[in-house]
Amino acid sequence: MDAHQDRPLKPGALSAAGPIVRIDNVTKRFGVVTAVDAVNLEIARGEFFCLLGGSGSGKTTLLRMIAGLEFPDEGQVTIDGEDMTHAPAYARPVNMMFQSYALFPHLSVEKNVAFGLQEEKRPKAEIVERVREALAMLDMQDFGARKPHQLSGGQRQRVAFARALVKHPKILLLDEPLAALDKKLRERAQVELVRLRERVGITFIMVTHDQEEAMSMASRIALMQDGRIVQVGSPRELYDAPVSRYVADFFGGANLFEGKLTRAERGEGVAECAEAGVTLRGQCAEVSVQGASVTVMVRPERMQLSRTQPTADNAVRGRIASIVFLGGFHACRVTLESGKIVLARLSPAEFMSAGAPAPGDDIYLSWPASAARVLSR
Amino acid sequence: MKAHSQRAGSFVIGLPAAWLFLFVLLPLLIVLAISLVEMRTGSPPYTPFFTWESGLPRMHAQGGNYALLFSDRLYIDAFLSSIRIAATSAFIALFIAYPMAYAISRAKESVRTPLLMLVVLPFWTSFLIRVYAWTGILNSNGLINNALLNFGLIKTPLPLLHTEFAVHLGIVYSYLPFMVLPIFAVLEKLDWTYLEAAADLGARPLKAFLRVTLPLSLPGVFAGFLLVFIPALGEFIVPELLGGPDTLMIGRVLWTEFFSNRDWPLASALAVGLLVLVLVPATLMFRVMRKGEAA
Amino acid sequence: MKNRSAFALSVLAFGYAFLYVPIAILIIYSFNDSRLVTVWSHFSTRWYGELFRNAQIGDALWLSLRVAAASATASVVLGTCAAFAMRRMRSLAARGAFEALVTTPLILPEVLTGLSLLLLFVFLGETIGWPGQRGAVTIGLAHITFGMAYATVVIRARLSQLDPALEEAAADLGATPSRTFLRVTLPLLTPAIFAAWLLAFTLSLDDVVIASFVTGPGATTLPLVIFSSVRLGVSPQINALATLLVLSAACLILIATLVLRREERRMQAAKE
Repeated sequence: MDAHQDRPLKPGALSAAGPIVRIDNVTKRFGVVTAVDAVNLEIARGEFFCLLGGSGSGKTTLLRMIAGLEFPDEGQVTIDGEDMTHAPAYARPVNMMFQSYALFPHLSVEKNVAFGLQEEKRPKAEIVERVREALAMLDMQDFGARKPHQLSGGQRQRVAFARALVKHPKILLLDEPLAALDKKLRERAQVELVRLRERVGITFIMVTHDQEEAMSMASRIALMQDGRIVQVGSPRELYDAPVSRYVADFFGGANLFEGKLTRAERGEGVAECAEAGVTLRGQCAEVSVQGASVTVMVRPERMQLSRTQPTADNAVRGRIASIVFLGGFHACRVTLESGKIVLARLSPAEFMSAGAPAPGDDIYLSWPASAARVLSR
Repeated sequence: MKAHSQRAGSFVIGLPAAWLFLFVLLPLLIVLAISLVEMRTGSPPYTPFFTWESGLPRMHAQGGNYALLFSDRLYIDAFLSSIRIAATSAFIALFIAYPMAYAISRAKESVRTPLLMLVVLPFWTSFLIRVYAWTGILNSNGLINNALLNFGLIKTPLPLLHTEFAVHLGIVYSYLPFMVLPIFAVLEKLDWTYLEAAADLGARPLKAFLRVTLPLSLPGVFAGFLLVFIPALGEFIVPELLGGPDTLMIGRVLWTEFFSNRDWPLASALAVGLLVLVLVPATLMFRVMRKGEAA
Repeated sequence: MKNRSAFALSVLAFGYAFLYVPIAILIIYSFNDSRLVTVWSHFSTRWYGELFRNAQIGDALWLSLRVAAASATASVVLGTCAAFAMRRMRSLAARGAFEALVTTPLILPEVLTGLSLLLLFVFLGETIGWPGQRGAVTIGLAHITFGMAYATVVIRARLSQLDPALEEAAADLGATPSRTFLRVTLPLLTPAIFAAWLLAFTLSLDDVVIASFVTGPGATTLPLVIFSSVRLGVSPQINALATLLVLSAACLILIATLVLRREERRMQAAKE
């Protein structure tokens, strides 16, 4: 069964009825600081989309502009075909789950969830029914009369969800929803969130700084830096085919070799890498100028370790500096002749077949060209 | 929808702003104006600040009142003794309040709030009545004198009431909570591990207090001092009820000039002087508070 | 360690004795039958009887209560507006000036506030003909002015503690700004508004100096009666009145504190 991240977007999802959110050249400034810089983005219906980045990357500001809590200085925000650039939050078919949950402390759980429906002036019977339904969906049906201060953190989160979903919004926005949870709860919550989205069927847009979280939950990720989108794609695309050092570095460890491009043809590039001591070959997405400075990226888990010279597209010699067993794999630090340190990950099988290498051993690391990427920035 | 919110917004800002202009700023400007005119009989008991002469306003300002302030010893003495009395009272209050605040901050978590409440509770009962209570204790057949006479410690009653001593007592008594609270606030937030570190480094308790706790609590001490000093400068009730005929405080002098002598312009000049006097420590306090907020 | 607690206990004992003994003496001597207030003869409640029959004090009390209630209410309304105004203002200069004006009554000596307001009323009387006669209205206006300053401080403090996400959540769920204010902000501010009202009420009820300046014929508030009486010396009826005032203030504060602490606990827990 495919990981949900591997499922491609439904054909035509972006074109069928148009994207559910379209950000057109949106810029937002706070005084002298440009938080969001001419960003363009399209989010398809039914996606679990993630805005990922460090603090100051602009991801939260962008989310708030979709919510209607901030307004762009330039550009347009279109939601489900309607221009909502300056529409206030209370006029948008969008609901948000806040990082602090923001449950109204003076209202009971039921009244919290009913709040939005009361603003819509729905008939009483309908409100009661929908509240009951929403709470039941999140397993909180027995807590209706309690007040927020009587609930645990996880329970409050569910109530916040129920409150946001009961209005059947077109989009649910999530602001760092798992930041307050400890590791164990976080993993469970990640799975539950994905399942929840599949049940409800609407688009989720989440903001997070945690790349593992983004990778495990999102169907598409937009990585942001300094107010701009650096790369948009599925988790696999961002991991295997980063467009820059920043992206490569953001998602887990990556070995990066500096070098000069000598040849590039049919999507494959060849670079002279002094650090590696040899010429390296890898996938080359962009059209680069010969002689340009490039970085060749290889993930640690794609490296093969052998005691004898292997036949491979890329191979380097080195000495094992340290080798640490981390449960599911061995983390291996190898010092090359140039002094550069390279990280490799060996599965138990690889470890055994390489003859249980130890620090001080001279070995070869190799990988195919398809496992490497030549990055020009 | 946006227009509605904007109209409501201007109302929310406009109403208090208008009130503040009319009842805070304007009156102060009028005081300044009246301080520059002369006293006269009639109603109102001062000459007009400006008159209309052939369609144009003409100002009649004269610095006579201020000249009097600086030339007559009475007023200078009143200002100086106000500062002196306010400052000494604040120091006395500090010596009583600091140990209290310290003791409360070191007490068990559960008793701290009730203890604080007990300190603040007197503040909520009438200021006038609390000052009045001391007249019964200090006067010649009051509690203290009666006790001392009964025990044969004195032959004739001590003149305790209507003295500067009584005024100090009154000010300290009335403003004590204002000194306790800021010091407590700072001490409560103090990381007591500093003291433990000091003890670990060999400092004895008193030394640790002087070199660690006291310096760290200075912001609270400073705030408390100003919270007592500033209102004490312009105090009227305490010197009026507990002070003697020679206890000079500016608030009282102002009152006398205004109500007894009916010299409104001079009283206004005194008021301006008092305002300037109060502004100095007040701006100091604001600066310190701003810095505290930024920190 | 033992030394320390002994020291702490004695310090606290002395401090609290200093604070409460004068009040206790007042209460005790209000039950003293002797007219010489500080010479004890025997227990009696006659002064309370005389107090209740005292029409002047009764009228003054009634006037004071009305002025205090009205001015406290207006103070709280203005204070709430001021607190929100300061939150809304963008221009740093305007906000600074506003803040300075709002806190001025807190720092100004009462004689200065009283004098300035009286001069204002005289000036207004001369120029626009109102107020013709000074009295309860002018006292009320003066009390609103300083009550508003205190109310603003209290309400603003609470307002800044509120999680801004709460108002954002309300908007996100479909509430317009006025609905958000009514359904979320106001209920959460209620403890602060209550405390501010109580504070303004107490201050109004207690004011002597400012009322002396701005009052007029026929408007004698309770503090003014007490003040003119005690200037002449100790009075047994005043002791009885003082006792009643102190005890009722104490009760009021105890109730208010209990109510507010319950609200505090709820808000603290909700935040975590």
